[in-house]
Amino acid sequence: MPSYTIEVNGKNLTVDAPEDMPLLWVLRDMLGITGPKYGCGINVCKACTSLLDGEAVRPCSVKVSTAAGRKVTTIEGLADGEKLHPVQQAWLEQDVPQCGYCQPGQIMNAVALLSRSSDPSDEEIDAIENVCRCGTYPRIRAAIKRAAELQSD
Amino acid sequence: MGRHKSAVAERPRRNTVLTTHTVGRRRFLTYLVAAPLLTLGTEAVMQATSSSTPASAAVPSPPSPEDVFDIGEALKLAATPTMPLVQLEVGADGIARLQMPRTDMGQGLLTSFTMIIAEELDVPLDRVEVTHADARPELLFNQITAGSAAMRTFYEPIRQMAAIARARMVAAAATRWDVDGASLGTDAGAVIGPGSLTADFGTLSAAAAALDLATSSIRPKDPSEWELVGTPTGRVDARDIITGQKKFVMDHMAGTAKPALVRRPPTIKGAVGEVRNAAQVRAMPGVVGVVPIPTGVAVVADTIEQARQGVNALEVDFGPGPVDGESNATILEGIKQHVQPFAVPPLGAATVEAEFDWAPACHAPLETECAVADVRADRAEIWAGFQAPIVAQQEIALMLGLPQDAVTAHVVAPGGAFGRKCFFEPATEAAQVSQALGMPVRLMWHRTDDMRHGRQRPQNYHRIRATVVGGQVVAYEQRVSAVALEVAPGFGEILTDVATSLPPRAKNTVGEKAYSQTLFLLMVSSPYNLGVYDRTLAEIGNGIPTSAYRSVHCPTTRTCEEIVLDEVAALLDKDPLEYRKECAKDAAAAAVLDEVARLSGWGRSMPEGFAQGVGFHKESKTLTACVVELDGRDPQDPRVTKVTMVVDAGTVINPSGLEAQMEGCIAEAISLTLTAGLHIENGLPLEGSYSNYDWLRMRHYPKDSTVHIMPSTNEDIGGIGEVGITAASGAIANAYATATGIKPRSFPIVFPVDFEPFAPGALPAPNLI
Repeated sequence: MPSYTIEVNGKNLTVDAPEDMPLLWVLRDMLGITGPKYGCGINVCKACTSLLDGEAVRPCSVKVSTAAGRKVTTIEGLADGEKLHPVQQAWLEQDVPQCGYCQPGQIMNAVALLSRSSDPSDEEIDAIENVCRCGTYPRIRAAIKRAAELQSD
Repeated sequence: MGRHKSAVAERPRRNTVLTTHTVGRRRFLTYLVAAPLLTLGTEAVMQATSSSTPASAAVPSPPSPEDVFDIGEALKLAATPTMPLVQLEVGADGIARLQMPRTDMGQGLLTSFTMIIAEELDVPLDRVEVTHADARPELLFNQITAGSAAMRTFYEPIRQMAAIARARMVAAAATRWDVDGASLGTDAGAVIGPGSLTADFGTLSAAAAALDLATSSIRPKDPSEWELVGTPTGRVDARDIITGQKKFVMDHMAGTAKPALVRRPPTIKGAVGEVRNAAQVRAMPGVVGVVPIPTGVAVVADTIEQARQGVNALEVDFGPGPVDGESNATILEGIKQHVQPFAVPPLGAATVEAEFDWAPACHAPLETECAVADVRADRAEIWAGFQAPIVAQQEIALMLGLPQDAVTAHVVAPGGAFGRKCFFEPATEAAQVSQALGMPVRLMWHRTDDMRHGRQRPQNYHRIRATVVGGQVVAYEQRVSAVALEVAPGFGEILTDVATSLPPRAKNTVGEKAYSQTLFLLMVSSPYNLGVYDRTLAEIGNGIPTSAYRSVHCPTTRTCEEIVLDEVAALLDKDPLEYRKECAKDAAAAAVLDEVARLSGWGRSMPEGFAQGVGFHKESKTLTACVVELDGRDPQDPRVTKVTMVVDAGTVINPSGLEAQMEGCIAEAISLTLTAGLHIENGLPLEGSYSNYDWLRMRHYPKDSTVHIMPSTNEDIGGIGEVGITAASGAIANAYATATGIKPRSFPIVFPVDFEPFAPGALPAPNLI
């Protein structure tokens, strides 16, 4: 079985896995990194959203071989120790979560959005496909706008 | 209600227990306070309801069973006898701890419980730890989360517990310092004395527990003294959520329990026969075991992906299920045949008549059905998002052949539930597989199975007639016919238990009905005076698995009534919002409707193709009124552009939590009214993921949305978790009718099969990059 080394949240980790093993299960079932959540397995619900070299990807639909030698950031790797990322801070201020299951993916998606667009328009926010079954959408929208302010400070 | 308070004061029981506890390596004295036994003032409830002033302009309807005694009262009554077993503990570390026998599925109970304890005990929020209790069978009917009743049940007991705990701390400090307790105050987890004297609660805990203190005169704070309760407060687990630390079910035992998926039949509840290639699948990479179970064939592997490949490689002889060949259309024909006839209207009366139907829907919590099980020869541990853990523990113990106390059922906060987790199939399946293989497993339903084989909100049909004489509705008849709703295990027993305790009028009405009928009668009532009021439910069991869905019968049954009310208003040439005020039974209704009219700009002129709509609802003692604006220029792509929701929920613990629940209910209403439903075809729903099931996304939730909380006019606690769907749903349907000129009759309104369904049986593979 091939061996792959991935930099996950700043640490180089090596796994033996089939080439086409989805990254989500490498993270969750092989490395015990459970922040990225399963919701559909086919890149529809976006609950597992994480960053690959800073870009938002859905680990359920990314081969482990694609991630090899690259940097993966999951929700666990977003804060700098105790210091929260501005997006996380905004999420707290807006009291966004209800059940919380989709929020790691929502937050990582927002981080990627804000890195592309420092002051996202409503249309850009409307394009977000991440499902929130509890209906926290209005608070996510407000939190993204607040995070944009925090990042510009 | 003052009456509850005096009952609390007069009948204290089992207030303190001195005990020793071991937490980690620390061993310290703790001090426990149990809730005094409450006596419910059900007669007071009857009187209060009967004396409400009927509106003058409408023909009064007598109180419905729900007006008199609703589901929340039933659950509260059933919980009361074991309430003294729920205890608050203040440790030598100064932390107040309570194991909550309810499940926070996102509705904010952990936060509300924490706030109340912090308020009454005078400790900071971060010195209160409320956690989910494991299944505690001794709590009997006091560990089920349903019916928006948790806060209604626990508000008084936990206030009283914390108030007694605080009084004991003060008394212990007074003894230590030899001063009059009346001269002492409390702040931030310490007793404050004269001069610079302070004593942390932790240092007082042991002495406080040993005190002989009369507690009958101890009262919680007057609401006017509250500094925390009633103030918007963030979820207590928010930091864990946003840093990825909150553990959901499948995050437990991640290193030790093997993942499992199940191959399920190609039709709902299809028979499971022989596995023809078990050895071949067992030999696949990563596969650990293949286990036939009554509902399918489980494949256990090192990773979910390897389990998925194993599931898809299985060759199983599946047999027929109970609804093979059935579709939404055939099921609708079936339930229509059971509709009872209307009474004959009086000569010369005008009538508004309408038929409605709602497709089945799925709960679709973002976390699919799942459970972790570690079954050993002499004991078992289960982790799942139980809404009713005691029954799950009982039934799983029975199935495994273990004594009940050898099975630990851990309640894990689920990633959404919406009623679905009153049942516990994945826990049963995980236990079966773990027992068969002798190893811990984490069993998960694939999303496709979650939608296709999961329990449904039952498909339902309504025939309504409003009879109008002399400008008023003199009779309202609604015949509801539906696929039978399976009442959750444990819930029926509660209804049986409380049936003998119901006030006479409610008992006469619900005493002889089946459980789901009782649920219907105790949850659904009209907020209007519409003369002779006659609403009945007929149910047809056809084998489709069903479960209560958030707000159960209200969003369908009452949305239909909200539509008919608009059509009656049109017949009478009245403004629909003003007409609701005329008809409303509840004296507080007019204020709620006036406020929503004011805040929404009700009646403002709208561009061609756009319209406003209004809905109003009462449930679990909470009133909601909603005005939406809808863009109906394309009737096949209606968009809600603005929502104004006004809610009167009585005393509000956490306004941020209440607003969040209303926002969630608005999301439910937009989805279920406009787009979200299941198409059953040949005995299986076609929908197999969120790409097929049209649950709303960010762009569908209006940017212009506000929730306004009315100042509380009474001390009652109204339910908040599910009560907001119906008013919003009615408003959306009515706005759609006005905007498009099309009377909405079949829901969801826009419901094409605009996708290629996944093949039955197999679990879809991702398109990998």
